Amino acid sequence: MIQGVSIYEILTVTTLLFFIGIYGFITRKNLISILLSVELILNSVAINFVVINKYLYPDMLQGVYFSVFIIAVAAAETALAISIIINLYRLVTSVEVKATETMKF
Amino acid sequence: MDFSSLLLMRHEFILTALLLLMIVAEIVVSEQNKKNLVNFGVLLFAIHTAIGLLPLADGVLFGGMFKTTVLTHFFKSVLNIGVLILLLQSADWLRDKVVSQQKATEFFMLIFSSLLGLYFMISAGDFLMFYIGLELSTLPVAALAAYESLKQKSSESGIKLILSAALASGTSLFGITMMYATSGSLFFDMMTITASNLTILGFLMFFAGLAFKISLAPFHFWTADVYEGAPISVASYLSVISKGAAAFVLMILLFTLFRPLESIWVNLMYGVALLTMFIGNLFAIRQQNLKRFLAFSSIAQAGFILLGLLSVDQLGATTVIYFIMIYVFSNLGAFGVVQAISNQTGKENIDDYDGLYRTNPKLSLVMLLALFSLAGIPPVAGFFGKIFLFTAAASQGYYLLVFIGVVNVTIALYYYLLVVRAMFLRKSENAIPYFKSKWMMKLGLTITVLGILIIGMYSPLYEYIFEISNLIFKS
Repeated sequence: MIQGVSIYEILTVTTLLFFIGIYGFITRKNLISILLSVELILNSVAINFVVINKYLYPDMLQGVYFSVFIIAVAAAETALAISIIINLYRLVTSVEVKATETMKF
Repeated sequence: MDFSSLLLMRHEFILTALLLLMIVAEIVVSEQNKKNLVNFGVLLFAIHTAIGLLPLADGVLFGGMFKTTVLTHFFKSVLNIGVLILLLQSADWLRDKVVSQQKATEFFMLIFSSLLGLYFMISAGDFLMFYIGLELSTLPVAALAAYESLKQKSSESGIKLILSAALASGTSLFGITMMYATSGSLFFDMMTITASNLTILGFLMFFAGLAFKISLAPFHFWTADVYEGAPISVASYLSVISKGAAAFVLMILLFTLFRPLESIWVNLMYGVALLTMFIGNLFAIRQQNLKRFLAFSSIAQAGFILLGLLSVDQLGATTVIYFIMIYVFSNLGAFGVVQAISNQTGKENIDDYDGLYRTNPKLSLVMLLALFSLAGIPPVAGFFGKIFLFTAAASQGYYLLVFIGVVNVTIALYYYLLVVRAMFLRKSENAIPYFKSKWMMKLGLTITVLGILIIGMYSPLYEYIFEISNLIFKS
């Protein structure tokens, strides 16, 4: 609980963060930036869990636990995505989305 | 302390043990014996499947996070049999092409860990376990999709899968936070879902994540690309095992946890089912590549599954599980034939199948049965699966939707028959020459054929599923 900050303000920030992530995911042309956008989404979710837990249901720690797991899984996800991107870079020397357009429709 | 209650996690423990055993075997076994590791992995999994069929008590572990009932036990066995068939079918590919690249064992490890994730997802009693199961089942498959690291298409499909999966799970998590905010708990049993606006929005976002995994219509864009680029066994795993398990979980959650929102999600399912059937079928018509073709056909099949969800009772649950079972066998049959031919010749287009019946009559008969079962033509199991789904939807008065479903079956019949025509009626100068498959591939295809023929005829199975699906509505 932070003095003088209500849950609405924090939830507004996390929701903005979430939609910035979605926007980035759709508009970015670089695979690494897309990955960053996904991280934004996951982080907004993690903050959401902590805040809801702290402000609304402070007697149980379910949300906080969940956020720890989200961070761990996000790290695994990023590692795997990066390794695939590196492999792709070795094959086509590019990490642009354009390089992944051989299969369509 | 008494650890015997942990035996409820028998499936998970044995699978983890297999996983570790494969890692040890990879280290211990010498270079020239690596080929035998493939047989070893298949054998281990066959033993696991056999043990999995033994009865298991119902119970709850970890304060309600992990639940096992007769129903989940049954479904895990279905998944086991599916994966066993898949391993049998891909053993030749692994032995001939992959062992020389030093990564055959990885295939087993990744498939096993993904299956482990599906187990946890099925047995989940709260959203945390569900989420971890979902991720554990998706991430290894993304690695598998990028398995042929020398091919650009394979890497491309891997990156497409992992990025869209991450987006889907992020969206679905955001939905979970909303439901957590309104209901105050993450445990399915303790959550009280009421139809407030925030809960409904949360449910929609959560549904989007799960719909991605089943590849329902507005979230299906990854499917065809990933299937085309990934190795055939992986495409087959994605379209059969992972989709089947996700559809099962969706059904359980809708029928228990989201029951209070029934009036809302029934409309949602109605719309999504319509869209999915049409998009899957219409796009399948214009495909030349068999993997893409099967991808769109599997999207359409997912649309049919949703018809069963519209009837929120024992009948609906039974038909969905029964249909998924049949779908597992029929689709594995189709993918198995594609794999057998691709292994020998590398050909994956429908035109390459011209005159297949003259050169390889047995394979084309298996393909014929599998496609008929997918299309729903009477003597084979697929017909019964479809007709029960339609009965379930009709029992709730959705006659228009059932009619549209039948129209879609007709469209589907058209494009399935395109393949049949290529195999049986067309002649070709350079048809695929006759070849003999190895015994593992033969065994895998035989099991699918038996499944397609027997499940439809053997009614005690349907009655058994009907009996155990009662469990969903008890608690």
